[in-house]
Amino acid sequence: MSVNHAQRVDLEVVADLIPPQSRVLDVGSGDGLLLELLQATKQVDGRGMELSQRGVNECVARGLSVIQGDADKDLKFYPDKGFDFVVLSQTLQATRNPKLVLDELLRIGKHAIVSFPNFGHWRVRLSLFVEGRMPVTKDLPYSWYDTPNIHFCTIRDFVNLCEELGATVEKATALDANGQKIGLSMPWWFWNFFGQQAVFLLKR
Amino acid sequence: MVALRTKRTNNEADEPSSPVLRFGADKPLKLDAGTLLSPFQIAYKTYGTLNDARSNAILVCHALTGDQHVASTNPVTGKPGWWEVLIGPGKIIDTSRFFVICSNVIGGCLGSTGPASTNPATGKPYGLDLPIITIRDMVRAQLMLVDHFGIEKLFSVLGGSMGGMQVLQWASSYPERVFSALPIATGARHSSQNIAFHEVGRQAVMADPDWHGGKYFEQGKRPEKGLAVARMAAHITYLSEAALHRKFGRNLQDREALTFGFDADFQIESYLRHQGMTFVDRFDANSYLYMTRAMDYFDLAADHGGRLADAFAGTKTRFCLVSFTSDWLFPTEESRSVVHALNAAGASVSFVEIETDRGHDAFLLDEPELFAAINGFIASAARARGLST
Repeated sequence: MSVNHAQRVDLEVVADLIPPQSRVLDVGSGDGLLLELLQATKQVDGRGMELSQRGVNECVARGLSVIQGDADKDLKFYPDKGFDFVVLSQTLQATRNPKLVLDELLRIGKHAIVSFPNFGHWRVRLSLFVEGRMPVTKDLPYSWYDTPNIHFCTIRDFVNLCEELGATVEKATALDANGQKIGLSMPWWFWNFFGQQAVFLLKR
Repeated sequence: MVALRTKRTNNEADEPSSPVLRFGADKPLKLDAGTLLSPFQIAYKTYGTLNDARSNAILVCHALTGDQHVASTNPVTGKPGWWEVLIGPGKIIDTSRFFVICSNVIGGCLGSTGPASTNPATGKPYGLDLPIITIRDMVRAQLMLVDHFGIEKLFSVLGGSMGGMQVLQWASSYPERVFSALPIATGARHSSQNIAFHEVGRQAVMADPDWHGGKYFEQGKRPEKGLAVARMAAHITYLSEAALHRKFGRNLQDREALTFGFDADFQIESYLRHQGMTFVDRFDANSYLYMTRAMDYFDLAADHGGRLADAFAGTKTRFCLVSFTSDWLFPTEESRSVVHALNAAGASVSFVEIETDRGHDAFLLDEPELFAAINGFIASAARARGLST
């Protein structure tokens, strides 16, 4: 997992998008927080893939169905539309090839849910603009040289990528610094400026 | 002592000290070799009680030189059962909750029909007249045992190494009979290197003049030297270089200096010789040939047009695979390829790789992470199966 645990307000937003009894694959399932939440509240048939072996072992010990795997390499083994939902939460920015990964999510899942930190947030912009330094925030606590987050994007960048991949945005939510949803009526530029995290429901 | 040793492992082969199920001419075992084995028998042990719904049964499959005495004292060696660290009352596989079945595989030497058993056609031990036995044959026989207990669906099938191969075969051949499967330190096929090591072992047995073309019982002999060498070579493959170095290094055995001879100067030599010697007391040489051959022939993908995922098409079984970082007999990649195939088949699968320097044998040892994984997997499977805690 590449982002601070306490800041995972996006998990509830993700969970709200998933109907009960769905088949769900959580890519980058970390310590299994989302899978446990979904199993407890939505009785989903949940599976996880996680890069860190330690995270996997802990999940399996807790009875979750998780395998060690790399989103960049191992998604190709899953069949087309094998899951109702494929979730990639706070992991896209840590993949080597985000475009390929997103393409695979859309192939494997009838729907894909992607949440990511918005690099267009005003604090990030301010840090670069005023201090001239790569931002280190509560949400993104790493320095540039040790961060696992190698492919940051803004909400607008992400929307462009979705268009390029022929994905339909079924629903999008931006969360502000307090984890509150930003009003739906707001235009993209507003989300892109004030949204600290974004959650997209996609299909293709 | 000599008289005792030349007998067939205290006649455990024909009249085992564990329960035995005998199948007559009306119920032959169909073998992959294209023949029928009949009559034949399965020696087994059970622990715990089968519940009224017959839903709490766990089948444990043993490895190459294992046996049915998984959780109780072995009658031949007098040692504890080979998986007593895991299985028993109050243990991870709790026999006060589950009904655990473990049977000696067909081709074995502790009571299920094997080369040391008496061939009813001749009144002499089968020797090499027994057809080649495959992993699938072993599983087919186990199914007949499970049917005997009236168990529609096993709650779980688990095993390591050759036992893991049987688990995969069970899940592939009889998916509707297996609720959950736990293959440990295994693979869907035997690699070229593994076949190579087995061939070395077999050649060692056959090169022993006491082997007599497999008819050693009739000569009142046993190819102990050959079998011991086979075991010594195999034993190295069950460990890792790091573990060997940690345990023995270049330490000398009961001496201050090198003796400039071919005695067991080094502790590792003495250790291997001991492993070889104790093994021949409890295992039949021909059975060793058959067991190794069964593993060599195992290739689950080949049985499904080369596509491993097709071996598990449509499966509802819940899987948990475990591998060990220092296992070079069944390296993690072998488990991972099974995981990928299960993913492609849309199966529910967990996969844990455990960091240890204890090599392949780690699955038989007290490995807390292994136990945590098994515990978590079994507990969640039990909830899904509606078994009370």
